[in-house]
Amino acid sequence: MSIDYSEKIPNNVDLAGDRKLQRALESWQPNFLTWWKTMGPAVPTEDVYLRTAVAVGREGWAHFDHVAMEEYRWGVFLAERNADRRIAFGEQKGQPVWQQVPGEYRADLQRLIVIQGDTEPASVEQQRRLGETAPSLYDLRNLFQVNVEEGRHLWAMVYLLHAYFGRNGREEAEALLQRNSGDLDSPRILGAFNEETPDWLSFFMFTYFTDRDGKYQLGTLKESAFDPLSRTCEFMLKEEAHHMFVGTTGVDRVVARSAELMREHDTEDIAPHGGIPLDVIQKYINFHYSVSLDLFGSEQSTNAANYFTAGLKGRWQEERRKDDHVLTEDAARIELVRDGELTTDEVPALLALNNDLRTEYVSDCQSGLKRWNRVLEQGGIDARLYLPHVGFNRDVGLFSDHHITPKGDLVGPDVWEANRDRWLPTEADKTHVRSLMRPVYEPGRIAGWIAPPSHGINDKPFEYEYVHFP
Amino acid sequence: MTTTADPDQAAIPAVSFDTDPSSYRHWTLELDGEVAYLRLDVDESGGIVPGYELKMNSYDLGVDIELYDATQRLRFEHPEVRAVVVTSAKDRNFCAGANIRMLAQSSHPWKVNFCKFTNETRNGIEDATEHSGQTYLAAVNGTAAGGGYELALACEEILLIDDNSSAVSLPEVPLLGVLPGTGGLTRVVDKRRVRKDRADVFATRSEGVRGKQAVEWKLVDEVIPKRVWDETVRERAAAAAARSTRPAGAQGIPLPPLQREETEQGIRYRHVEARFDRPLGVVEITVHGPEGDLPDTVERVHALGADFWPLAMTRELDDLVLRLRANELELGTWVIRTKGEVEDALAFERVIVEHSRGDWLVNEIRHYFKRVLKRLDVTSRSLIALIEPGSCFAGALLELALACDRQYMLEGLLEEDAQEGEPAQIVLSDSNFGAFPMSNGLSRLGSRFYGDDDHVAKLHQETGRRIEAAEAMELGLVTDAPDDIDWEDEIRIMLEERASLSPDALTGMEANHRFVGPETMESRIFSRLTAWQNWIFVRPNASGPDGALRRYGTGRKADFDRKRV
Repeated sequence: MSIDYSEKIPNNVDLAGDRKLQRALESWQPNFLTWWKTMGPAVPTEDVYLRTAVAVGREGWAHFDHVAMEEYRWGVFLAERNADRRIAFGEQKGQPVWQQVPGEYRADLQRLIVIQGDTEPASVEQQRRLGETAPSLYDLRNLFQVNVEEGRHLWAMVYLLHAYFGRNGREEAEALLQRNSGDLDSPRILGAFNEETPDWLSFFMFTYFTDRDGKYQLGTLKESAFDPLSRTCEFMLKEEAHHMFVGTTGVDRVVARSAELMREHDTEDIAPHGGIPLDVIQKYINFHYSVSLDLFGSEQSTNAANYFTAGLKGRWQEERRKDDHVLTEDAARIELVRDGELTTDEVPALLALNNDLRTEYVSDCQSGLKRWNRVLEQGGIDARLYLPHVGFNRDVGLFSDHHITPKGDLVGPDVWEANRDRWLPTEADKTHVRSLMRPVYEPGRIAGWIAPPSHGINDKPFEYEYVHFP
Repeated sequence: MTTTADPDQAAIPAVSFDTDPSSYRHWTLELDGEVAYLRLDVDESGGIVPGYELKMNSYDLGVDIELYDATQRLRFEHPEVRAVVVTSAKDRNFCAGANIRMLAQSSHPWKVNFCKFTNETRNGIEDATEHSGQTYLAAVNGTAAGGGYELALACEEILLIDDNSSAVSLPEVPLLGVLPGTGGLTRVVDKRRVRKDRADVFATRSEGVRGKQAVEWKLVDEVIPKRVWDETVRERAAAAAARSTRPAGAQGIPLPPLQREETEQGIRYRHVEARFDRPLGVVEITVHGPEGDLPDTVERVHALGADFWPLAMTRELDDLVLRLRANELELGTWVIRTKGEVEDALAFERVIVEHSRGDWLVNEIRHYFKRVLKRLDVTSRSLIALIEPGSCFAGALLELALACDRQYMLEGLLEEDAQEGEPAQIVLSDSNFGAFPMSNGLSRLGSRFYGDDDHVAKLHQETGRRIEAAEAMELGLVTDAPDDIDWEDEIRIMLEERASLSPDALTGMEANHRFVGPETMESRIFSRLTAWQNWIFVRPNASGPDGALRRYGTGRKADFDRKRV
């Protein structure tokens, strides 16, 4: 279904035919724009070479052009409806999916949508000042692309709240703009979204690790029996893929440049030469990976079990799994600490769904590490990057009361404290990375701590003027 | 059916509340000028459901439906009656109370509904004594056990025959492991002012108390020797009649059978209809306001009789409430609407207000509507009022909305009728400030704003005015006032959400919220006695296979779990 851009709010949900929803969204739109102007990207631009969704189907859904950011056409796009879709899991498995919110699950569904929705504008807020230090116009453009798409994801969640949750939903949609990342009085819901993204290495790590958590959460909601939520998330996942790409290739390029500098100067200590040493990159991985694992919640969760049984939230790629999709009789193994040792325990599968999703996520994260190590290998460097143990540096779940090293050894608080600076970014590390952050706004040029990309955007060269300044 | 079968698995039979004196099987209504005699003469084989014999003048729901019918007819059809003597037509046996085999074979909901209805009927008897000048006397001419004595307790005076064998007793605790749940425990201490230690002895002594001790303990008012029994009872009845304020020479109005159309989808009367939404567990009840000319004189009201809209509507609503409670257990939410002209509803109400002091019939109608509202108050269903354009929640009818757990009022108009018509309105009248008290003695507004007399006083100044949604919201008269954008979704989601909650928790929660503030004897019967009784009913010590209720009459003793809880 194509998207109607003749409307005030582009959409493929026949907004024109739904007077009530139109009224609700049109009254929210000015508040969104005010939020974008005050909390969105801080660097003033004239226009940016952005991708805009034009259709949700497989065939060419994107359109590229220079757009003034405040004129970006945020809208409401859902994946195509499958009229025969049935609930794939839980106790109502096999029944037709819901086109309306069942009253019984109103509160739970609203909560899931609000939590998801809260993260979208949060990351825009976290990345607000990053444009001031972009290493190239290409990167600046990617940052803005991520930002506008996070903004659109906010629209997607607000659409659901407006269309299906009545007055209460509208109040929640309003609150999504009133909470702000890092605000002392009214912070974002999840802790990880209240930290500023201070530098571009953090940004790439965030888009690689934290946005990837978002991808997995969306993947579970895509399975939802509440069909509009499912279709919304399905389309969001397509947009999310670009954010993953920014993170993956961003780290690629930092690693490549570091390898280059190491070779050039024949030293691991490339900081004096304007590069980011591999051990600092490793510490950033350790940090961003571990805080992103916290976003999956506790390994054992009755909430997750209830959501699954009710059909609200499935597993990653639920329909490809070969089991009964009800799980009342199944067991799962989870890792935990018992009697001073790391061991595993068998628990009911329903209670271990967060653990299940996290496992999928971890193996996906591994692929990035492989990639970056290949870059090192090709660069003739012997050192390798790795993912720390899942129990490392955790604040949530079964490991939060224990100290576990990146290699997976259980240690006491003294050992932890003594080695902490070897494992997590120190003030000095951060200061160094920050010192490298100098804007490079000339087309075709790039900062010295990162390699240029191998391709530009939409077949344009790297030298293309992706961003115009006023 | 044996007492070992699990009663909660049995199907619940459908109940009708239609009857009239010519078809009574268990009572005779004898009219003797100012005094009426209600004689209990239970037909042993006349149980409302099969499976037990109603021995020794014991009763079941069918017996009590006739009693309720008689009390209603005495009030409307027989205004000349000033005293009612409740007695037995059987020798040496007044009434043995609720039939034990019936209780043992009944499901939990059936027992609860039965007790609720019998309680309401006994409260109605006291209401007739207090408000209608129809004083009830119990002429206990034989043993009155359990519910039999409780029936006597509902009467203003209890006369006990002194034959050295007839006793009054509450043997439920010692014999059956349950409570005298039809007001017995409450009325003994609360109404009869029996000392609590004596009440304790009395309620654990299965053989009960007779003769002078019964008088001394205030369990009865008088014991009367057998040889002067009939004439003394007549004298006491005549004395009670003489105290009555009933007008002389009043003509009753007949209560003809209700016109009712029942289908799978609902029940329809002339002024009240109910549509069932079984998948959602909802009944949509619509009360239609008055139509046609307003009777301009009280004579005209009498000529209309049972056709006079307030009475006709109240009878229908009463019947509907009883039927839904007994027969539609899974329809857990009642959505209540009204339809009609606000002005007409108020005009009819003015007739009631104007004449309710001076005219016995109008007075009866007011008290009847009051009792039906009280039935709603103690109904274990979620009650939701929907106040929409074209509704007539004004004055007395507004009490229907106020009796509900929540009130939703549409702000403005729905799109489809935006071209014409007026938005929903409610109107307060004097009737909302005490004419229809709840069992706690407060008006529904008084309960709603308990402890905030200033607000109630402020509301009193708003009477007679049409109040629209936004203002109703401000005045705290409605829960929410969604506009046309939200109305449909909000209501749908609210009803679905309600349907997903535990029915038991809802019943408990609603009962707690509905009754605030002071307790009265009546409220204690429902809140304390009934709640405890219902707890005991589900405990294995009463209704388990080895419990006292199920073991009664088997020759085997109950096997109690001795833990105090």
